[in-house]
Amino acid sequence: MASRRGEFSPQGRQAFYFALLLAPPLLWLGIVYLGSLATLLLQSLYAVDEFTARIVPEFTLATYRQLVTQPAHIDILLRTVLMAIAVTVASAVIAFPVALYMARYASPRLKALFYVGVMLPMWTSYLVKVYAWRLILAKQGIASWGFEQVGMIGALDRLLEVPVVGGPSLASSYIGMFVVFVYMWLPFMILPLAAALERVPQSLLQASSDLGASPAQTFRNVVLPLALPGLAAGSIFTFSLTLGDYIIPSVVGAPGYFIGMMVYQQQGTAGNLPLAAAFSVVPIVLIGLYLMLARRLGAFDAL
Amino acid sequence: MLPAIELRALRRAFGPIVALDSVSLTIAPGEFFALLGPSGSGKTTCLRLIAGFDQPDSGTILLDGDDVTSTPPFARDVNTVFQDYALFPHMTVADNVAYGLRVRGVAAAERARRAREMLDLVRLGEFGTRRPHELSGGQRQRVALARALINHPKVLLLDEPLGALDLKLREEMQAELKGLQQRLGITFVFVTHDQDEALSMADRVAVFSNGRIEQLDTPRELYNRPQTAFVARFVGSANVVQGETAQRLGGPGRAFAIRPELIDVLPGTAAAPAGHVQCSGEVLDALYHGASSRMRVQVDAQTILAVDQAELRGATSAMPAVGALVRLAWHPDHAVPLRD
Repeated sequence: MASRRGEFSPQGRQAFYFALLLAPPLLWLGIVYLGSLATLLLQSLYAVDEFTARIVPEFTLATYRQLVTQPAHIDILLRTVLMAIAVTVASAVIAFPVALYMARYASPRLKALFYVGVMLPMWTSYLVKVYAWRLILAKQGIASWGFEQVGMIGALDRLLEVPVVGGPSLASSYIGMFVVFVYMWLPFMILPLAAALERVPQSLLQASSDLGASPAQTFRNVVLPLALPGLAAGSIFTFSLTLGDYIIPSVVGAPGYFIGMMVYQQQGTAGNLPLAAAFSVVPIVLIGLYLMLARRLGAFDAL
Repeated sequence: MLPAIELRALRRAFGPIVALDSVSLTIAPGEFFALLGPSGSGKTTCLRLIAGFDQPDSGTILLDGDDVTSTPPFARDVNTVFQDYALFPHMTVADNVAYGLRVRGVAAAERARRAREMLDLVRLGEFGTRRPHELSGGQRQRVALARALINHPKVLLLDEPLGALDLKLREEMQAELKGLQQRLGITFVFVTHDQDEALSMADRVAVFSNGRIEQLDTPRELYNRPQTAFVARFVGSANVVQGETAQRLGGPGRAFAIRPELIDVLPGTAAAPAGHVQCSGEVLDALYHGASSRMRVQVDAQTILAVDQAELRGATSAMPAVGALVRLAWHPDHAVPLRD
């Protein structure tokens, strides 16, 4: 029997339902996410009238030139990127043993406890945690009290005397800011790492050992390469979260500006939307470069 | 000559479950040795103890005369072919094969040369640059073999090496493994639940059940002279006759085994040959298998005997119908007494 006009064939109907199912998320992704990103990029190319400070929709690279030539701006970029790198490296170093223990050695009960323990801090308000840390790290806070109790207040003082990263107290130094950043983003490193390590079959580790590899060699040749995708995912979280954050640097730490604070200030009080947009393009470019590098280094080969 | 492997009274329990209970055995150098048993019988635990992935609760493991009971796996001169092959997914086939040399600090050029040699040995010479996931199951199996052999171990352990392959490939690999073992002269110890595989490949077989060795013998002895009901049933599925029936049918012993192919079906009203044991029963079912046919005969309330009849050239007679009464006979020498 010939199919009547106006009736879907089975394949056509399936395609229709498929489109119906995919349309909302794709629209959301396309308009809300990629669309606003494109707008942002576009805004960063707009000119600013020097007298009226009005935004003129004329394309210019002047904002970007300003971004990479003004010493104050270069300082902000460098400061943010160095902090992001330091936080990422420290998170990876701290997270790896924790994730390894969770994934490979902990009993099922202990593992569940670890997962809850890692995620519990994320159930608390972000702002509450930041302000709590300011109190913890304050001059008369429990951190310095603790150092005093164990007789290491001298060591803390000497640490705070280190130029640039030091300061009058932990709460007003880059060291303190670094500590808070690492605390905040550590779960985002531990969870993907643990997931990656959990996927490594036990037999691969046994095979490595069986073929004569010492535990250190097995770690270097098998565990680490297979954990790289998780490490890459985790480091993208910690790196980009640090690059974009503006609350931690404004509550804890030295007075120097960070990219996020600059974006907040430029699009808010200063009203220089193109400069704010140009600043926010920096993390996007950096993450893009980082992903390319990770791919080149083979971080995703094991996927 | 020192035995390649000697196990003395090995015991390993996981909580309340005793996986291995006072297992002792000796494997000669160059022997092809099979650990045969159903799942949970302790055969894999035994292999893992030899490899060093697990420690016995008590007992001693000697490799080539040296006590290695507490030696870690990387310091034992033993290599393993894993059931899932355990190939490193982030390395090429050649790097996988060369891994054992790499961790021993062999120079890159030498590594590449010997990896190529090993790959040629398993007929995968051209596949060195591929990744494991680009190979078929049989090819991966051969890569795992090449990787395990590159260090020239004294003993090669194989954990269900052919389990994941389809039937045809499995038969090919059986012949290939046997040939390889004979050429290299390395002691092979392999774990399998497939009695056919154990009988066709191994020089000697240890049959495991409930953490103990039921019988350790050559395949031929194992098949023809099973010592326990378990072995008789597990290796070649013999009939086990016990209790009153065993006495009525003339023994030997309180229980005996008789192979289905050694039971004759007496035609018509013909008498049994002199000295034969004779009985009769009702045919429960009959299945045609090509080379032979198998029927099950209810001899008495407790006993059902499986009977195989070879397909003879030019045979025209149909199998006995279900429900028909048949008379069976066998030579008393073919009935093998069993231990309790």
